[in-house]
Amino acid sequence: MFAVALFAVLVALGLAIARALSGPTVFDRVLAVNSTGTLAVVLLALTGFVVGRPEFLDIAILYVLLNIVGTIAVLRFVRAGHLGDPIEGGPEGAP
Amino acid sequence: MDGVLEVASWITLILGGAFCVVGGIGMWRLPDVFARLHAASLIDSLGIGFLALGMALQAGLSLVTLKLVFIVLLVGLTSPVATHALAQAAMHAGVKPRAIESPGAEEDA
Amino acid sequence: MTTVGSPEIELLLNAILLLLMVVAAIGVIRLRNLFAVVLLSGVYSFLMATLMVALDAVDVGMTEAAVGAGMSVVLLLSVLGLTRTREAPTRRRPIVPLIISVVVGIALVHGTMDLPPFGDPNAPAQRHVAPEYLARAQVETGAPNVVTAVLASYRGYDTLGEVAVIFTGGIGVLVLLAGLGRYTGLRTRPPGAPDPGPEPKPVPLMEETVVLRVAVKLLLPLILVFAMYVQFHGDFGPGGGFQAGVAAATAIILYGLIFGIPAARRVAPMRVVLFMIPLGVLIFAGTGVASLLLGGNYLDYSVLSSVPRSGQHLGILVVEFGVFVTVSSTMLGIFYAFASRPPRDGPEPS
Repeated sequence: MFAVALFAVLVALGLAIARALSGPTVFDRVLAVNSTGTLAVVLLALTGFVVGRPEFLDIAILYVLLNIVGTIAVLRFVRAGHLGDPIEGGPEGAP
Repeated sequence: MDGVLEVASWITLILGGAFCVVGGIGMWRLPDVFARLHAASLIDSLGIGFLALGMALQAGLSLVTLKLVFIVLLVGLTSPVATHALAQAAMHAGVKPRAIESPGAEEDA
Repeated sequence: MTTVGSPEIELLLNAILLLLMVVAAIGVIRLRNLFAVVLLSGVYSFLMATLMVALDAVDVGMTEAAVGAGMSVVLLLSVLGLTRTREAPTRRRPIVPLIISVVVGIALVHGTMDLPPFGDPNAPAQRHVAPEYLARAQVETGAPNVVTAVLASYRGYDTLGEVAVIFTGGIGVLVLLAGLGRYTGLRTRPPGAPDPGPEPKPVPLMEETVVLRVAVKLLLPLILVFAMYVQFHGDFGPGGGFQAGVAAATAIILYGLIFGIPAARRVAPMRVVLFMIPLGVLIFAGTGVASLLLGGNYLDYSVLSSVPRSGQHLGILVVEFGVFVTVSSTMLGIFYAFASRPPRDGPEPS
């Protein structure tokens, strides 16, 4: 049950971190960090259940949102070299 | 707890953990970024899905289950976007999918 | 800790998390590519937050998640945009600092041997104010989350100091980077710097923006509403002003990343941001002054209402809101300041 799932998630987490350390291209690392974030969400939810405090799910929700923001920020940086430029595709900066 | 629900939640938890491990192994072993993207998406979809289902079965109908559903929906919204953005960025940066050379055939990457 | 699982699972979980953190930290130290270092520090923050949650420190874990995983990565990346992405190799081997670090580390570990065991209920730290707070927090303040009660009410001075520190940090960064009075326009130049030339062409991302734009438009209200939830639910569960402020700033930053800084400035103009940075501190300090004017001590919320308990609750709500205002506007202001600097020449391949 929970112990097995926890252990499995930790193994996957270790593999993801290994990829983050070794990944030859930057995109490997970004992918690994994104997966680490998702696995951390799962880990938080499982830990909340193991210690009997499901309020941890709030933190898990926050993680999901921050994970995507971090990934997009990193990709914008890789693409443009810095974060400040607007992207094309319509009137300047207009949504 | 109801025996059937308990067994079902155990099974889904183990399944979810297994998919996470498979995704991790895929990320480590597959040859290039695009293949690893496929592996990582296993974690985001089936891994979280089954694990959340297992936890929801344990928690019954309550606020906890609602929050778990919310988490799954959010991951379902954000993870494909991240994958898409990653794949686009990798392709525009010139990362080429690693093609396996088959003997005597011309490969265009 | 109340556990449903066995203590061995807890131990294994903590041990593996710590091991992974050590691995990530070694990666941060050894890798020369600063970009990878930033990513790994995000991983470290993820793991640290999970460890804190596993140790039952839920509010701290949430703050670590919010600050370390999202905000720090974004801010460090915007810094990287202004510098090189490879760390310069060190020229000599740092033997003496290594020896000093090892000696101090051993001394510290030796010092901790005398501390009471972790979580010992008879430790001095648990026997003076802690039981008092635990017994009286909900009764006196109406907030079941003892951490929020302690943070905002019992130790309110400390939190006022923290908000002032955030304010000072934000002001410092803004003065150093952008110079007072230079907030108009996207590109700012330090005085005396050569003309950076025409603005670089926006990176054409036409095809890939549709998915990102739609997704961001869907995500933004979710993040903002969730920030509000975290803010006002902080009395009852993990949350509070710090976490909510970082989450709200992250939402606007996300908008700025995808639609461009000019669009973000239209939504959250720099003028408003600059106004909000001291406003939060004023709200917090002003609540104390209001308490003074109503006859109590500084920051004694009991006098804010006819019933002391609801006065406390009202005071906590107001000061947490003040914290939220300052934290969110400071994060946003720092991001604007970094992202508006003229970049290096062209994107550098990582």
